[in-house]
Amino acid sequence: MAAIIRQNPNPPTLPDFRNMGTILRILVAVNLGAAVVAFARTGHLSSAYAEWIEATTFVVPFLMLVLAVLWAASPWLSRLSFGVGAGMVALVTVVSGTLLFAVMDRLVPLPAGALARWIIFGLLTVAILLFYFRLRARALSPAITEARLQALQARIRPHFLFNSINAVISLVRSDPKRAEVALEDMADLFRVLMRDNRNLAPLEDEVELCRQYLALEQLRLGDRLTVDWNVKSMPGDALVPPLMLQPLLENAVYHGIEPSSKPGTVSINLFLSRGEVHAILKNPYRTTGGGHHSGNKMALANVRERLALHFDAEASLASRVTKDAYEVHIRIPYRTEAANSASGVPTVSGPIPGAEDDRQRGVSARLGLVETARG
Amino acid sequence: MADNPLRLLIVDDEAPARRRLRDLLEDCATALPLVIIGEAQHGREALEMLQNAPVDLVLTDISMPDMDGVELARHLLKLSHPPVVIFTTAFHEHAVQAFELNAVDYLMKPIRVQRLLGALQKVPRLKPVSAEKLSQLPTTARRFLSVTERSRVVLVPVEDVVYLKAELKYITIRTSQREYLLEESLTRLETEFGARFVRVHRNCLAARDHIRGFERRQNDDGDAHWEVLLEGVQETLPVSRRQQFVVREMGRETAA
Repeated sequence: MAAIIRQNPNPPTLPDFRNMGTILRILVAVNLGAAVVAFARTGHLSSAYAEWIEATTFVVPFLMLVLAVLWAASPWLSRLSFGVGAGMVALVTVVSGTLLFAVMDRLVPLPAGALARWIIFGLLTVAILLFYFRLRARALSPAITEARLQALQARIRPHFLFNSINAVISLVRSDPKRAEVALEDMADLFRVLMRDNRNLAPLEDEVELCRQYLALEQLRLGDRLTVDWNVKSMPGDALVPPLMLQPLLENAVYHGIEPSSKPGTVSINLFLSRGEVHAILKNPYRTTGGGHHSGNKMALANVRERLALHFDAEASLASRVTKDAYEVHIRIPYRTEAANSASGVPTVSGPIPGAEDDRQRGVSARLGLVETARG
Repeated sequence: MADNPLRLLIVDDEAPARRRLRDLLEDCATALPLVIIGEAQHGREALEMLQNAPVDLVLTDISMPDMDGVELARHLLKLSHPPVVIFTTAFHEHAVQAFELNAVDYLMKPIRVQRLLGALQKVPRLKPVSAEKLSQLPTTARRFLSVTERSRVVLVPVEDVVYLKAELKYITIRTSQREYLLEESLTRLETEFGARFVRVHRNCLAARDHIRGFERRQNDDGDAHWEVLLEGVQETLPVSRRQQFVVREMGRETAA
């Protein structure tokens, strides 16, 4: 329903001026731009260098000032339409340029006409960069849809689906109550898999989903699978891409537990450190997997891509093999819905349609209630 | 209807899957007399159980740890009365297609009781699937080689094998403990196990992990040749002139 009503889910917005990736791109682009201008003015490589150094004495403080103002005004700017927002950015550029010029002119007298040149350079840069960011956003938004489709396809292995159905059927006669719970877990799992997963959701929901998933695996694998949860200090309200952990746990079970008849432990460690959310997943590493090979790379690449779409350079995913364990470490910035609705950070564009419903589901699952309402 | 009940064994690594199959078989028991002689969690356990209690039918899952279903079927052929094997699988990527192509019987999980009954009724007319056909199925290299000794099937873990040597009709399997005789083709074994073994002579494959080094030896006729020195066994293996490049390749590895 939501997808049909929201014809254009991504109206053009200004870039997120608080994102490290955005800031880095601006810094590099402006300094390169200054170098190009310097070269164009002198036409000589050697004199261009001196010209560039001289220009940066103004360009860099100018750029810092503009970036600082934009950083501060980011929550407010993100609520404006693209046109008005772009106008405001231009205004910020002109005002900061003029102010800075006035201050610097008092310290070191500057040649006449320099102010006009800098303002023109500044405005030109703003126009080019905004155009670039808009193109980039446009290029990425189909990718978000694409990522969602991938999320549907690459998520659950058919292997898991059919084995789980088989496990549930086996319970129907002997333990109907457990069969009921297992089917409820499956229903929740598939509800999440099939909904719109483009928007960030609270970490506690993801953890709940992972618990349901692992409960189903436990049904099949019995005491071959031990799960070690370390989530006491996790920030439950942190916003994460949905299905950030589940596919990785599925990998952990498929590659770390299933190929061996000996019991193994999958450990999940979630914590907050210096404004960043860390997730560390570990599973036993078996070299002689016997048929369990491909598929691992796909899930990792999928999660990595979605992290990049949501957080750009501020998130990372690293995997490594130690002596007898395989470990995945995810790091994302700590953002919460409360902070977002106050500031409206544009990484979560628009309202989160599933959020309300999710929180209720999380609660009902914790209370052990059977949810009957149709989502 | 046959006078003797159908004797069968269930093999699956997942307990719920075994229980489900048992439930279904009990449903079938009214239409077709049968006895479940036991349940095994993987191929190795199944083979152990069948040494002492022969059965007519083994219902086995395909993907299992330690020894998968297809490997189990290959070893079962060594029994004096090999049972019929019907595979069960929930989902095994492309495997199913290969089973169809080779007319190997399988049941898709979750199994329907009618399908199971149909398969059970066919069993008396079926013959065990040949080793030839089984090797056509997509499977990983075997974890064990199996040999028959005093009407028992003995499993030799592939990682314990020091070398394989073809002699007349048989292949000698050498482990650090003792020797076994195997009736298979050396070329087939070479393809199946790929990089684990290296051919040092027309009639001999040596396990890379067990090669300690090489030694130059003087022949009686004045020529010289290389001998492979092995971990865990006293004897050495001659390297044929055609396979001398192996010494250079592996010598570099051991030196590094």
